[in-house]
Amino acid sequence: MSNILALAQKELRAYFVSPMAYALFGFFALLFGWFYVANMNVMLQYSMGQFGQGGPQVVNINEFMIRPLFGNTAIILLMMLPFLTARAYAEEKRSGTMELLLTSPISDVQIIIGKFLGAMALYTMMLGITLVHIGILFWYGDPEWGPIVSGYLGLLLMGGSFISVGLTISSMTKSQMVAGVSTFAVLLLFWMINWVSDGSGTTADTVLSYLSILEHLDDFTKGVIDTSHVTYYVSLIAFGLFLTAKSLDTARWNG
Amino acid sequence: MVEVQHVTKRYGSLTAVDDISFSVERGEILGFLGPNGAGKTTTMRILTGFLPATEGRARVAGFDVFERPLEAKRRTGYLPETPPLYPEMTVAEYLRFVAQINGLPSADRRTQVGLAMERTNISDMADRYCGKLSKGYRQRVGLAQAILHNPDVLILDEPTAGLDPRQIIETRRLIAELAGDHTVILSTHILPEVSQTCQRVVIINRGRVVAVDTPDNLTARLQGSQTLYLQIDTQGADALATLEGVDGVAGVTRADTQGEVSGYAIESNQGDDVRRELSRTVVANGWGLLELRPQQMSLEDIFLQLTTDETAADETHPVTVTPEPEADAGEEDGIDE
Repeated sequence: MSNILALAQKELRAYFVSPMAYALFGFFALLFGWFYVANMNVMLQYSMGQFGQGGPQVVNINEFMIRPLFGNTAIILLMMLPFLTARAYAEEKRSGTMELLLTSPISDVQIIIGKFLGAMALYTMMLGITLVHIGILFWYGDPEWGPIVSGYLGLLLMGGSFISVGLTISSMTKSQMVAGVSTFAVLLLFWMINWVSDGSGTTADTVLSYLSILEHLDDFTKGVIDTSHVTYYVSLIAFGLFLTAKSLDTARWNG
Repeated sequence: MVEVQHVTKRYGSLTAVDDISFSVERGEILGFLGPNGAGKTTTMRILTGFLPATEGRARVAGFDVFERPLEAKRRTGYLPETPPLYPEMTVAEYLRFVAQINGLPSADRRTQVGLAMERTNISDMADRYCGKLSKGYRQRVGLAQAILHNPDVLILDEPTAGLDPRQIIETRRLIAELAGDHTVILSTHILPEVSQTCQRVVIINRGRVVAVDTPDNLTARLQGSQTLYLQIDTQGADALATLEGVDGVAGVTRADTQGEVSGYAIESNQGDDVRRELSRTVVANGWGLLELRPQQMSLEDIFLQLTTDETAADETHPVTVTPEPEADAGEEDGIDE
């Protein structure tokens, strides 16, 4: 256990020593803030009755602002998290430090979990920035906290899946660039996978919509914690970690 | 302490290591000698559990590296070819991290890190970033990392590569010092390094063991005939015929000529020391004797000789002078049962 934590801590520090963490945090805060303002404007226009509802309305801040904001956040994460995970294994393989880890008395599973926890810790901090924005809503408004908590849980699980996929791909290459671009493409595909579904309700159609990585977030932002969605994300995380283990093993056999 | 039995490693159709067997006793320093690409690094990577072997078994401190990898790794210190440093960590941070992943109890970490830095002489670099160190210091931090957890077996892949002469001497002294309570396997392609540091040498070429012996025996055995280098000032006279006439000389070739000074390579049969006779002849002819020394056999010569030997007796087993200890007779047997 202390091995895993040592590794997670090392990972986390590596993000902060390089400008990586600051670039991610800065641009994430900027983009999140941008969507925050945009969604707030839409909500305000609704509340002032500018969409022909005939006069000012009482709008639900959760429904009109926070829920779409979480949806937008998912897209930001889809574009940013690939760069968070790209270096994790690729850099160790390139610089030869992977040899240190693989010849130390720690198992592959410990390495994989340690790296996952390190990346998750950074991601959680990144998500933590947005608590400021949400806090302001509590100051001036009266949102329900239930859907917010479940929304954050959803974002954590979804981000975890992104990270797990990213780490898997990073473990397959020595190039951070290749890892980053491939992860981004794979995640994009996971997002759009149900765009070809035609709503016909056939088996293929159902499978395609089930696989879509963003679709599963929706219920969380509504305040519903559905076990099927939790299962989806947790399975994806576990599957990614499993594939990483296989990838490390393969790399070992092929030298 | 270390036993390698019939280890083979293939990458697809390429055989990097071909049926290698050797063993190292406790406290011994074993040199692994071979040209680049001979399979030294591959063998070391198999011993450290970084690579699995295609065939064969390897045991470190009584633990099979394939079946009990964590136990074996805990007892092994490894310095790879390029020291595995994290550029963004300071030397002290790095060593603390290595101590942690080696499972040293937190109470011992500080003292062990301090001790390792002291032994490798890098204490004054403790707060420098690994990425900013010179090659020599990187190598030493790598060495500190390897000895940090006080392992039974030290595996060093070209530990003196990239060091300046003074650091090389220091490192060799350190290795000799460590050998008392550690078993050391080091690889190198520098012949003098082996004779100065190691008690036993394994020479490998193209993935196969060509010889296992002590450095002295090896050099003696390999020099079927002795070669001397003689430099004389003959004031223009040709000394070739005179030198060939000296008792015990088997052959003379002119190596170089600079004005009136000429250098000759003189071969004599093994066991015949012709130096006295030669110098007498030179003086008797009134020439100036400038230099007379035995010519060291270079690694290239040795390889040439070993590989030719092997092709001559192709079907026989690799040349082994010291009988290898019987594979199953080791005392460590049974520990991991």
